[in-house]
Amino acid sequence: MIRARGLGRRFGDKRALTGVDVDLHRGEFLLVTGPNGSGKTTFMRLLAGLLVPTAGELEVETDRARVGFLSHDPLVYRELTPLENLDLYGRLYRISERRERIGMLLERFGLWDARAEPTADLSRGMLQRLALCRTLLHQPELLLLDEPFTALDTAGAELLLDELGRPEPRDRTVVVSSHQPERLADRPTARLALVPA
Amino acid sequence: MSGYFADVTALARKDLLVELRSRDTVPAMLLFVVGALVVFHFALPEDSSRLAAAGMLWIALLFTALLALVRSFVAEREGTVIDGLLLAPCDRSAIWLAKSLSVFAFLAFAEAVALPAFALFYEPVTWELIAGVALANVGIAAVGTLLGAMAAAARARELLLPLLFLPLAIPLIVGGVGATLAEDPARYLGFLALYDLIFAILSWASFEYVVTE
Amino acid sequence: MSTWLRNNGAVVLASAAAVLLVTGLGLALLWAPEDADQGPSQRIFYIHVPVALTAYVFFGWAAWKAFRLLWKRDDRADLESYTAVHMGVIFGVLTLVTGSIWAKISWGVWWTWSERQLVLFLILFLFYSAYFMLRYSTEPGPRRARTSAVYALFGAVLLPVSFLAIRLAEQLLHPAPLFNRDGPQMSASMFLTFCVCLAAMLTLAATLYRIELTGKRVDARLRELREHLT
Repeated sequence: MIRARGLGRRFGDKRALTGVDVDLHRGEFLLVTGPNGSGKTTFMRLLAGLLVPTAGELEVETDRARVGFLSHDPLVYRELTPLENLDLYGRLYRISERRERIGMLLERFGLWDARAEPTADLSRGMLQRLALCRTLLHQPELLLLDEPFTALDTAGAELLLDELGRPEPRDRTVVVSSHQPERLADRPTARLALVPA
Repeated sequence: MSGYFADVTALARKDLLVELRSRDTVPAMLLFVVGALVVFHFALPEDSSRLAAAGMLWIALLFTALLALVRSFVAEREGTVIDGLLLAPCDRSAIWLAKSLSVFAFLAFAEAVALPAFALFYEPVTWELIAGVALANVGIAAVGTLLGAMAAAARARELLLPLLFLPLAIPLIVGGVGATLAEDPARYLGFLALYDLIFAILSWASFEYVVTE
Repeated sequence: MSTWLRNNGAVVLASAAAVLLVTGLGLALLWAPEDADQGPSQRIFYIHVPVALTAYVFFGWAAWKAFRLLWKRDDRADLESYTAVHMGVIFGVLTLVTGSIWAKISWGVWWTWSERQLVLFLILFLFYSAYFMLRYSTEPGPRRARTSAVYALFGAVLLPVSFLAIRLAEQLLHPAPLFNRDGPQMSASMFLTFCVCLAAMLTLAATLYRIELTGKRVDARLRELREHLT
């Protein structure tokens, strides 16, 4: 599913990531750890296709429509409501039965009551839960979560762990970068420890 | 194909909705363009020709357009949230088209106020002027959106965008003023249309190279 | 023979440039007949026009390299395009300067808007100066290379469009050009001189381009090596 050889990314003169090798098969669960500045976010953005490598090779065997990326930024429009935000992404990802799916996700993540409020009024925890909805909306087969527990409140974290534990969709590949790997217990089937370049 | 236009529609709706809720850009544009027209009165001597007044109008429109463009990509917030769109499977050029359409709409709003104001303060507005303004809008929106994406990746982006934009706007000014004043405006309108065609296609095709990391 | 040429290409080019320059200068100043209308000042034409043409060539080359970068993902083309723009701007400034001198000698003014070539170069100068601002304020990387390339392509398209705009503007705003100058009616000897000077400029340009490009490549390589060591 994901193959990387000597993967590296440089920003100007600064090297954020060097010499990373990965071999991840479909259905596996990769945990990425490392201190601040070790390039975890850069690595995740490379996997998501938001960055191109400046060194080495990277192969991700899936297309954009089947990747879900939870980043530091919730990537939602503050002036729009949660419903409008998810509707936009629903259209872009060409989800069938869009309204039902959005309703179901908003309900599951406890955002149904806030669905028509401007996103700018939501708390940080709720924002991150909305971001999670955005990430899961199109049922991605590759799930990339960059430090998901940082901005999630307790309820949100529970819901995320619940989601990760679900058997559907089958063969879903998951990559999580985290400071607190304990929360994931023994779900990971592979680990990658990054060190600052 | 229909998917492409569905994407463009969804994205353009989003841009318009965001502007409607935040009411940042258009009110500022309206105020600016009217203010500029007033300032020009004090800058022009008493017996100024039609030429000078028309020229000033086009300068006012140009700088008002820059306000809109600086806002559309360059705002810090916009710089990160676009990642969500880049992750989506939609064609990058659809993002360009949607943004251009919304910039065009903002410009049209501003001109709906600016042109009557111009008619009030200086000179009556002719059909040729309106046609020139409409055509110039297309060029400004198309090129400006692309340049905005370029500037968004740079430091001092609010300074960079006008620098990038002004040389490319010179032909638009020539076409616009010509359409307003010349005896055969058709030639200038044709030139504007040519500019629009060439640069819109170029911008549409090169957008994805400029917006991705 | 070809290996020798490849190894010593730079020297050959520089020598050719030197020879052509001296010949061209000599021909232009001493041998070419004096123009009936304009007198001795017309000789600046032998520098001014070749310099202008060379600048056009550079901007076109920059656009070609830019296209190769975007289409073929040829990473080396970034430095090549950048160098070409750099050289093009230098020659562009030279065009403006020689044109201004010619205007001063011919008509007594340092600048005139009715000289289409000069106005075009002024616009191009503004445009490509912004190119440098764009490059300096963007972080080095694939995005900067691609953005610069797109901008260089826009420049090549802007060239003819601006020229058209200038002509249209002339008709509208400056109906009777005060200073009219037709291209000199060139006799055979004038034409020969012109060709030699043009060849001289182009070889000089090629030499400078090679030197500049090599310098930039060495810089880049040095930076890479320094990184590998740390």
